[in-house]
Amino acid sequence: MSDLGNALSIPWLSLIAFAPLVGAFFIMLGRATARRTDAGVIAPEAAEEVDRNAKRVALIFTLGVFVVSLFVYGAYYDSSLGDYQLVEQASWIAGVNYKMGVDGISVLFVLLTTFFFPICIIASWRSVKDRVSDFMIAFLVMETLVIGVFCALDLVVFYLFFEGSLIPMFLVIGVWGSKGEKEFGGYRMPSRVYAALKFFLFTFIGSVLMLVAILWMYAQTGTTDVPTLQQTAFPAGAQSWLWWAFFASFAVKMPMWPVHTWLPDAHVQAPTAGSVILAAILLKMGGYGFLRFSLPMFPLASAEFAPVVFALSVVAIIYTSLVALAQEDMKKLIAYSSVAHMGFVTMGIFTGTKQGIEGALFQMLSHGFISGALFLCVGVVYDRMHTREIAAYGGLVHRMPFYAFLFLFFTMGNVGLPGVSGFIGEFLTMAGAFRVNSWVAFFAAFGVILSAAYGLRLYRQVMFGKLEKDGLMAIADVDARERAMLGVLLIFALYLGVYPYPALSVFAPSVDLLMTNFDAGLLARAGG
Amino acid sequence: MEPLVVLLPLFGAMLSMPLSRVAGAKASEVLTSGLLGVAAIYSWALFFDVAIGGHDRTRVLFEWIGSGAFQVDWAVRLDTLSATMLVVINSVSFLVHVYSMGYMKEYGETPRFFAYLSLFTFAMLMLVTADNFVQLFFGWEGVGLASYLLIGFWYKKKSANDAAIKAFVVNRVGDFGFALGIFCIFYVFNTVQFDEVLNAVRTNAVATPFLAAEGAPVRQLTISVFGADWHALTIIGVLLFIGAMGKSAQFLLHTWLPDAMEGPTPVSALIHAATMVTAGVFLVCRTAEIYEAAPAAAAMVTLIGATTAFFAATVGLLQDDIKKIVAYSTCSQLGYMFFAAGVGAYGAAMFHLFTHAFFKALLFLGSGAVIIGMHHEQDTKKMGGVINLLPLTHIFMLIGTIAITGVGVPGVKLFGVPLGTAGFVSKDMVIESAFLAGADGRAFGMFAFFMGLGAAAMTAFYSWRLMFLTFYGPSRAPDHVVKHPHEVPSTMLAPLAPLALGALVAGMAFYPQFVGDKSVAFWNGALPGTGAAVEMVADAHGGDDGHATEDSHAAEAAHASGGLAAEASTSEASTSKASANAADEHGSEHGSEHGGHHVPTWVLWAPFAMMLLGSGAAFAHYSGRNPLKPGLLREGGMIYAFLKNKWYFDEIYDRLLVRPALAIGRFLWKAGDGRIIDGLGPDGVAASVAAGARRLVKAQTGYMYHYAFAMLIGVGIFMTYVLVRAGGGQ
Repeated sequence: MSDLGNALSIPWLSLIAFAPLVGAFFIMLGRATARRTDAGVIAPEAAEEVDRNAKRVALIFTLGVFVVSLFVYGAYYDSSLGDYQLVEQASWIAGVNYKMGVDGISVLFVLLTTFFFPICIIASWRSVKDRVSDFMIAFLVMETLVIGVFCALDLVVFYLFFEGSLIPMFLVIGVWGSKGEKEFGGYRMPSRVYAALKFFLFTFIGSVLMLVAILWMYAQTGTTDVPTLQQTAFPAGAQSWLWWAFFASFAVKMPMWPVHTWLPDAHVQAPTAGSVILAAILLKMGGYGFLRFSLPMFPLASAEFAPVVFALSVVAIIYTSLVALAQEDMKKLIAYSSVAHMGFVTMGIFTGTKQGIEGALFQMLSHGFISGALFLCVGVVYDRMHTREIAAYGGLVHRMPFYAFLFLFFTMGNVGLPGVSGFIGEFLTMAGAFRVNSWVAFFAAFGVILSAAYGLRLYRQVMFGKLEKDGLMAIADVDARERAMLGVLLIFALYLGVYPYPALSVFAPSVDLLMTNFDAGLLARAGG
Repeated sequence: MEPLVVLLPLFGAMLSMPLSRVAGAKASEVLTSGLLGVAAIYSWALFFDVAIGGHDRTRVLFEWIGSGAFQVDWAVRLDTLSATMLVVINSVSFLVHVYSMGYMKEYGETPRFFAYLSLFTFAMLMLVTADNFVQLFFGWEGVGLASYLLIGFWYKKKSANDAAIKAFVVNRVGDFGFALGIFCIFYVFNTVQFDEVLNAVRTNAVATPFLAAEGAPVRQLTISVFGADWHALTIIGVLLFIGAMGKSAQFLLHTWLPDAMEGPTPVSALIHAATMVTAGVFLVCRTAEIYEAAPAAAAMVTLIGATTAFFAATVGLLQDDIKKIVAYSTCSQLGYMFFAAGVGAYGAAMFHLFTHAFFKALLFLGSGAVIIGMHHEQDTKKMGGVINLLPLTHIFMLIGTIAITGVGVPGVKLFGVPLGTAGFVSKDMVIESAFLAGADGRAFGMFAFFMGLGAAAMTAFYSWRLMFLTFYGPSRAPDHVVKHPHEVPSTMLAPLAPLALGALVAGMAFYPQFVGDKSVAFWNGALPGTGAAVEMVADAHGGDDGHATEDSHAAEAAHASGGLAAEASTSEASTSKASANAADEHGSEHGSEHGGHHVPTWVLWAPFAMMLLGSGAAFAHYSGRNPLKPGLLREGGMIYAFLKNKWYFDEIYDRLLVRPALAIGRFLWKAGDGRIIDGLGPDGVAASVAAGARRLVKAQTGYMYHYAFAMLIGVGIFMTYVLVRAGGGQ
């Protein structure tokens, strides 16, 4: 009882979500109080200190949030329950409430988020040299918004977080992205700006449609409360267009084929930490959205359009795997492979089977660790050589044996080797898919062959062969900081690969509930 | 305790590299080999306890994957099938570890090498001790990884890297089928546990596929997958076999195995001869109940196996690289194992797997000794007369050769056991089983019989060709090699002795258990028609006709497991023939009517005659003073080119699959993503709103904030406005 009392009296989720904002505020405060030259610019020596402090504040806050989130998960989250927990609510405007809560579908993504932000701060410790305090602020704000996305239990609150998270990422790509120029709309501009605009254009157009749907639902029901709407049976006709409106937004975020082309550009241009967050966390918002909104609120439409999703998913898996085979840029290759892996997620979700959905959830979690680690791996050599071109490398294993081991592990994880977490999600989603439509599983399994081809090709060209390229002769192996980051990710990926119970058992009650409601939603229609 | 037999090699793999930093390379070599030694001794103890003593058991470690009905544990399942594999794997692996201490000495990087070897052993053990399809798949992929790492061990060599990737990717093609097979099993049976699946097949239980309106007895069940209606067990059997084809390098998916010889020779002996490549045979035997109930799938196994046995032997005729000759011979021998399984002689298949491990590992390790002795020369055309340089190695290779070619005395039995080398006993058993099955009308049985005979002749030919080119006649090696052959250390020769012993007597020693009169008790339910399960079937199907006597079970079991019919179980079989025939339709599915057939004398002598033919041809051509003189097949000829180019499989696959895949990938990227999606999407939009873009384009990074801020404000205002409006409207 006292535990429950605690949970009720302290708004843990809001605390976790908004703590990073406080950190951002401290960084701004530090900058505002820094000694300035007569021209009003921060003095050079003081600027250094501001940057150093910004990094420290960011690290302390992100680490603190991670620790607190773990504590709250351990102390107050009951993983045997399927319903929303740690719910907090405050009325806002006109039937819209500020409402937060987590269940088995979202809680691990909150933890994944709080886990990855400190990693990203550490990853940027040396590699970001420009506008360091701004960078840290952007990341702290992003953390707040992303946690908000996974906790929000009100459509409007969700929408604000969901859209808002676009902005810091837009900045991270546009400001701290890499060099190079690109033609766009008849004008030359820095490639990073192109990538940022493309990222924005795609995701924004998608979410405008979702906004219209949210407004309509609000107009119909007078509420934007998610649990309430999940119990609301919308008429079949309305479900269809609502489904498509939500789909537009989530499909872009996943990203699903054919609206995936922003992702490779965004990844290539983003700094390492940006890529990591993008791959590990932001891509998961789409899959999460399908499970939180599309399936429970529009069960009829979900069942009706599942074949469309299957088609797009298997096209994504095969198409982007083939494209990955042809890439010359390391990050682009991994980005395309991410699209393929997200194809398993969308496929699994819309099978409506327990294995499919749990596999999809697990795949999202696992892909976070593995693709996050792969982008960190690319960052390791990028920091040393300042190129992502595959052909610029070769024979790194001679100089970087430890790095070679880590990269191999994560490559194998990406390839879906059993024993690493990547296998379980892929295998479960395909097992689920086969039960619904064997062709879907057939084509998806085809992607498993291709993933080996592009994964090993990348590994061979970067790691093996003779070490003969200029500049590689003195390249240093991973240092303690990089080892720590990648080592932690390795442990997680391996642990979950051998013993996925801690994740699967958390998903299960909520997935059961989701499926019960989903079936009820279908039956209600059949009966009526 | 039992899990240790699997885990000890894993400990070795994990400790090898760290230990070498502290205590040096030698320490990790000794540690990994020592752990393997312990594991090997333990597995022999388990073999006698489990297989001979009949104490089957399964130890569950902990849950692996649990998602609804998809429940999978990490387990160590010990029955005769897995115990047999345990001794093969751990014994050969231990010997290869010891051998590698000598072989790898001058190559360096031994801690990494030994870590990989031990990792491989661990994965292989996980594969055979699985109690469910998914753990088997774990081991399956794990050995694939270890194989990839070991083939590419010399990572500076481009050819080694290419071969490693090829092995992994071709295996993945097989895994594609295997995984689909597992999904299909889950769809039909709602479980992936061996016991549940195989029992359901054995007892013909009612199975209800997911979402199906009603179930049907599983042997009669039809399911609709891949756009057609299939007999459920047939499609499952076919899919699983595709996996087996990849791992065991069977015809169409064989191309990686010869290339895999890029790896160090001990690897070839352990992985690409004795253990990993036999995993496919193991899979078919493990799921034998399914193939027994799916004649079409079994026919495919027979057809592919027989074709491989013949095809690989033809290619082996013209190879010059000593390792490639042995590699094609492995491929061919695997074909024997498969067609034995395909015709229902699972005991014979496992028997040949068992004996083959001895003589093939012996041949590979012996070849390794030759390679080291000849200063890393692998081309047999540049050898000759090596007998003078490496007399001891020659004796071992000679033993291996008489074992693989099948030297023995046909038609004679001592204490009920045929008299001959390991290869003679098991290979003849395989070939006779094919004949009996063929005579009985089993699909492709006769085809397999004749292919097997043809391959036997060619096996004898290329094996002796290898011996002549390498060991006999005048030397063609450079002077400095002949004068100063490399010393072959004793760590390399010692492991050959137990293998040679096995190559000579393993066939005779284990004949009664694997295929002879003790086979029913030995297999004890691990193969169809053995052990307690037989009674269950009889009860379910034939119990009411009163003929289902204990005798008929035994006879039926003996035939099904060994495929040897009257030849093996003599009087028992003939007396029980009547009852077996009358017993029930199930009995006939197991081929009990074989009971009446005697193997004709000519069939007993045929393999031996083919061996003499092949050996004779090799003697005739290669024993002369110029063994390199042109023979029947002349260079430049079409057949010569066809065989030399390995039936052009690599070229065909390259043109048909590899290059198109790369080209399609490039096309989709540039045209699909670039021109179509982006061209019509964001780039097109951007062009049409160029006016808006004009200002954006000028944006310096500092302005990015303003845009971001504007976005934020805009979203906020828009939301508030609309919400308030909407709220007001309610």
